[in-house]
Amino acid sequence: MKQRANTATEMRRTPPATDGPLLRVEDLFLYFHATAGIVRAVEDVTFELQRGRSMAIVGESGCGKTSLARAILRLLPRNVHTYKGRVLLNGLDLMKLSEERFRRQIRWREISMVAQAAMNSLNPVVRVGHQVAEPLLLDHNMTKRQAFDRAAEVFRIVGIASDFLQRYPFELSGGMRQRAIIAMALITNPSLIILDEPTSALDVLTQASIMNTLKGLKKDLSLNFMLITHDIATSSELADEVLCMYAGQVVEHSKAQRFYPSPLHPYAQKLMASVPTLRVEKKPEFITGQPPSLLNPPTGCRFAARCEKRFERCEEEPPLFRVGEESVKCWLYEKG
Amino acid sequence: MKQETLSPVKYRETEDKTLLSVRDLRVWFELKRWGFLHAGFVRAVDGISFDLQKGQAITIVGESGSGKTTLLRTILGLAVPTGGEIIFGGRKLDFTKDSDVTWLRWQVGFVQQDPYGALAPFMTVYRILREPLIINKVKRGEHMPRIREALEEVRLTPVEDFLNKYPHMLSGGQQQRLVVARALILRPMLIVADEPVSMLDASVRVEILELMRKIQRDYDLSVIYITHDLSSVRYFSERVFVMYAAKLVEMTEVNEVISNPLHPYTQALLHSIPDPEPENLTQIRDVPAGEPPSLVHPPPGCRFHPRCPHIMTGLCDTEEPPAFEPCPGHLVECWLYKDGGLPEKR
Repeated sequence: MKQRANTATEMRRTPPATDGPLLRVEDLFLYFHATAGIVRAVEDVTFELQRGRSMAIVGESGCGKTSLARAILRLLPRNVHTYKGRVLLNGLDLMKLSEERFRRQIRWREISMVAQAAMNSLNPVVRVGHQVAEPLLLDHNMTKRQAFDRAAEVFRIVGIASDFLQRYPFELSGGMRQRAIIAMALITNPSLIILDEPTSALDVLTQASIMNTLKGLKKDLSLNFMLITHDIATSSELADEVLCMYAGQVVEHSKAQRFYPSPLHPYAQKLMASVPTLRVEKKPEFITGQPPSLLNPPTGCRFAARCEKRFERCEEEPPLFRVGEESVKCWLYEKG
Repeated sequence: MKQETLSPVKYRETEDKTLLSVRDLRVWFELKRWGFLHAGFVRAVDGISFDLQKGQAITIVGESGSGKTTLLRTILGLAVPTGGEIIFGGRKLDFTKDSDVTWLRWQVGFVQQDPYGALAPFMTVYRILREPLIINKVKRGEHMPRIREALEEVRLTPVEDFLNKYPHMLSGGQQQRLVVARALILRPMLIVADEPVSMLDASVRVEILELMRKIQRDYDLSVIYITHDLSSVRYFSERVFVMYAAKLVEMTEVNEVISNPLHPYTQALLHSIPDPEPENLTQIRDVPAGEPPSLVHPPPGCRFHPRCPHIMTGLCDTEEPPAFEPCPGHLVECWLYKDGGLPEKR
């Protein structure tokens, strides 16, 4: 039986003494059953996230970004076909834990998530404060008073006045509801927060102001974020490194300083070229063709059919090559 | 009643080319009513005037809740104006007459925001495109040539492969192209597009925008394009109107709005848009505090004054600014420009 956490401050854990990466994902596979066959949503994904760093996962819709996040958090639907690999958080293999232990110790305690369009899924008949404090009331055996004090604290951190705890979701604007959702993810003081499209439903000004808040949190509380987005310009606001996905696979994992100005993988290059920019005059290009079906992905490199730089070698599937500090899944970089 | 805020002088010399002119348009929605009393109005569009020439593309930029969709719905004949007038193709529209509304809807094509939601899932591409032809009583013999032409125009080719497909068999980009084809099929004079690419992936967005631009040029169409994404504006239109709290606060050319934004709201908007650069990581953006005002009780004076960093107390919070023209062709509703010229750089 785990210890009772009595006060909000006691909950603040010191990070474990291990030096290893915060999160390590090894050979992760996630396939789903569908009427048409097996959907290979996540295939052979391996990456590491170091302590104190944040990562952006970018890619087109349907490339497996959200499935990857759900696989890490073990929030899987019922039609899972294959779910294998290793997810290590602070050296602990999450996939070996029992469901109950995972629920009690990891989900929301160590890893929390801001799901896509979560601001519209607040319960309309429950006060916001109660919804935000709920994880503490359920899992941390806190008294109501302590939980609400902590809720007020996280509300202040995300920039909402604490008297909003007593309000109902409809009384909050879209931006405030999104902040409340972020507060909900922060309240248990987790080591990793997965943000799935946290600002895509919001206005430009609100989006910028929430990004400011997240940047502040990252700096002051040294939080680790995993930001999933298809909006590349926004992803640059929070990312130390970028994981670029295509058709269920990681095609490039680079530092932000490398990825945004000059990505390595031809797909990432095309993706960056398609982003319209406000200040720099350039003509955005589009990628011809469509991503392959995940039901029946092509053998060899999955981007080959749309790639301008393909050659004979692309018939075979490339491994992840190391290029300096970056890794890229493309035969062009075979020699480093 | 308040005087018209924007003088309609801009396009008078080329009057015959004006396709749409909107004069002091107001669309107010009544709130709850008790007998003669009512709780007030939502002023979704409150005194907007502009002209649109034939073959011209304009973009309306604004936050959600700024009334841009209501403005668009009014131009489509889906909402009834409570004040002001809309003159389309030289004909002053009377929204109480069915014939006027039907005629208007024929002339205006609509590209919806969410292509999947806008296409009936149980209809094939052929039926989707035939629907407007049937409703508008186009001769049966003309159906097939028109459908073929529209599909070729949006590059859904070979046409035979697509005619019998259902929307779910198409990718997001193809669905949006089908929506464009449907908007085009009646040969409208004007296309209105409500955030046509916001639901699509970055790699497809540019393709759709380029396609719409090409069609606009080929057919000399007028286009009104609504978005909150200023970074794509430059590739799409000639003029940009910035809308804030039911009013147009700035109207100018595309390059002007990016290089020389005058209204403090436009400046804030431009400031908050990131370009994909790694330096963003350390940069905290300047965002005006607060939220857009309620449209039931808009603040007196300039509607941006509670959030404005350059507020002049006594003027901005009491009197509504008219449109000033500090540079030719660049209209801005802000008291900072009351002396006519540009104030010294702040």
